[in-house]
Amino acid sequence: MKRILTLILLFCLGVFLPFGCTQNQSNTPPSPTTANVLNLYNWSTYIDPEVLKAFEQKYQVKINYDNYDSAESLYAKLKAGNPGYDVAFPPDYMVKIMINEQMLEELESANISNLKNIEPKFLNPPYDPGNKYSIPYQWVTLGIGYNLKKTGEEINSWSALVDPKYQGKVSLLDDMRHTMGAVLMYLGYSPNTKNPEEIQKARDFLIQNKDNIAAFVPDTGQQLLNQGEVSLTMEYSGDIFQVMAENPDLRYVIPQEGSIIGMDNMVIPKGAPNKKLAETFINFVLEPENSAKISNFIDFASPNKIAIDQKLIEAENLKNPGIYPPPAIFDKLQYLQDVGEATQFYDQAWTEVKVGVGK
Amino acid sequence: MKTATLETFIHAWGRRGLALQATFALTFLYLPILILIIYSFNASRFNANWTGFTLKWYQKLFSGLTESTADISTQSLWISLQNSLIIAIISTVIASILGTMMALALERFRFPGSKLLEALLLLPIIIPEITLGVSLLVFFTLVFRILENLTGIRLTLGLPSVIISHATFSIAFITITVRARLADLDPALEEAALDLGANEWKTFWRVTFPLIFPAILSGALLAFTLSLDDFVVTFFTTGVGATTLPLFVYGMIKLSITPVINAISTLMLLASLFLVISSLKLQDQVSVKH
Repeated sequence: MKRILTLILLFCLGVFLPFGCTQNQSNTPPSPTTANVLNLYNWSTYIDPEVLKAFEQKYQVKINYDNYDSAESLYAKLKAGNPGYDVAFPPDYMVKIMINEQMLEELESANISNLKNIEPKFLNPPYDPGNKYSIPYQWVTLGIGYNLKKTGEEINSWSALVDPKYQGKVSLLDDMRHTMGAVLMYLGYSPNTKNPEEIQKARDFLIQNKDNIAAFVPDTGQQLLNQGEVSLTMEYSGDIFQVMAENPDLRYVIPQEGSIIGMDNMVIPKGAPNKKLAETFINFVLEPENSAKISNFIDFASPNKIAIDQKLIEAENLKNPGIYPPPAIFDKLQYLQDVGEATQFYDQAWTEVKVGVGK
Repeated sequence: MKTATLETFIHAWGRRGLALQATFALTFLYLPILILIIYSFNASRFNANWTGFTLKWYQKLFSGLTESTADISTQSLWISLQNSLIIAIISTVIASILGTMMALALERFRFPGSKLLEALLLLPIIIPEITLGVSLLVFFTLVFRILENLTGIRLTLGLPSVIISHATFSIAFITITVRARLADLDPALEEAALDLGANEWKTFWRVTFPLIFPAILSGALLAFTLSLDDFVVTFFTTGVGATTLPLFVYGMIKLSITPVINAISTLMLLASLFLVISSLKLQDQVSVKH
C-alpha cells in the first residue's frame, strides 16, 4: 500500500511540476516550419471547393481542410492549444467569447484590404467592435419554415407558432437563447434583455402555449417539416432552403417582429503557424467573385456588397427575401449577445419551460 | 394437473417464445441498418421521403476517387475514410500486441502491482469518453510542451496522437477477451510442450498462440470497430489533416447530410460483413485443426 502511494505521489509530481513551470509559456508562437501549407478549420462542405483550388493555384500552397461539428467543439479544441490551424470560422457569439479569452490573433488591417468590399452595416459588429479579430464570412437568419398546403395562408408573424389552428404541429429550436430570443422579440423586448421580468414573461408565454409545441428539436426542424410531422418550425433560413429545393409546398419567412441574425466569421486562432498566409486567404475570400461563389454554393447570404452590386450572386437567391431581407425587416434583425450574469435568469426560465411544456 | 398443463404450455411455447424474442431483438437491431441501405438508393437529397430509385450517390461517391474535378465533399470524404482506416488498422495492431502481452502477464504471473494494473486496465472502459478525450488532450499538450522545452522540437496533434489514443482504449477490450480464453486453457498443454523439450518461445508460438488466436482476433475486430466509430476521443486528439469519417459526417450538420454518406456506410457495412465472416471461417479452421 505504501509503495502504491509513493508511486502515485511520484507520478503526480512528475506530471504537475513541469506543467506548473511551462504554463506561462503557452502563448509563445510556434516556429513557422510549414510555410506553404494553410490549415483551415471549418464545418464540412461549408465553402466552395473551387475557391480553395483557386487559392492553392494562385499562391502555390496546399490547403488542409479539417472539420468540427459545433462552435462549442471548436472552442474546446482551440482552448486546449491550437494544434496548428490558421483560419477558423466561428459564429458571432463564439467570436466574443474567444476574444474575451484571448484565443484570437489581432488582424493586420493592411493585409486585408478587401475589407472595404463588405457592406458597412456588417462592419463594426457588437461582438467585435472595429473588426479587430474577425471578418464577416456568411450569414443566415432565424425564421419560420412552414408548409403552405397545411397552413393555407402566408405566414408573417411569430404569432403563427402559437395559433391554436396548429396545435401540436409546431417545432421549436432546442436552443435556449434562440427560442427565448424569438419569443422576447415577439413580445416586444430585446432578445438580449437582462431584465428578469421580461425573461419570465417569455417563459410564461411558452408554457401557456405548450399544446401547440410538438417538440424542441436540435436544428432538425427542416426534416420534420419535410416529412409532414410539423406544419411550422423555427429554423435557420439555409436549412429550410435545402428542403425547399425538393418540396415546393414549403416556405420560409422572417417574421415582421424581427428575428435573430447569425454571422459566421473568419478568425485567426492564437498560435496560428502561418498568420501572414491566413490573412492572404481571408483577403482572397473577400474578393467579390470568391465571396459570391461561396454564397452560391452554400445558399447562405453574403455580406459582400460588391458581390451583390455586381450581381455575381445567383439572381434567384438575391430576389429571395428570406436570404436577403428588405431593409424594413433587416433593420429588425439582431445579434444574440452575451448577457453575462443574466444568463442565470435564462437558464432558470428555460429549465422551467422544459419542465412546464414537458416535451 | 395444473402444473402439468403449465409444463406442456412452457414446452410448447417456450421455444417459440425465445425464437420470437430473438427475432424481435434482431429486427430491432438490424432494421435501421436495412433502412440506411435502402435509402442509399433514394433519389431524394434528404432521407425523409422516398422519391425513386437511383444509383447517383454511388456514382458521386466513386467520382471522388477517379475524377480530379469531383466535388470537395466526396474527395474529403475519401480522405477522411482513409484516415479512419489508417488509424483503425495501426491502433488495432498495436492494441492487439500489447493487449495480448498484458493478458498473458496478468493471467500467468502474480507480481507486485498486478491487482492495481487490473483495475487500471478497466478504467478506459468505465470512465466517460469525454473525460478520456479531454485528459488525453491535456496529456498530449503537456508532453509536447515538455518535449519542446527540452529538445526544441515542436510536435503537434495529428494521426499519431489519434492512433495512440485509440490503442489506449482498445487494449482493455483485447486484454479482457484474451484473458477469458487463457483462463479456459489447460496449463497442462503448455507444461507438456515444455516437458517435451520446447523452449518458452517455441511453446508460445506452437501451443499457446494458436489456442488464443481466435480470442485475439475477436478482440481485434472489436477494437477495429470501436476505432472506426469513435468520435469524442478522436475529436480531442486529432490535429491538422487528420479528419476522420465520423468527424466529417458530424461536420456536415451545418448544411445537411447527403445520401453519399449512406452509400459509403453501405459499402463499409459490406466490407465489415466480409471481415467478420472471414474471421468466423478462420476460427472454424483453427478449431477444426485441434
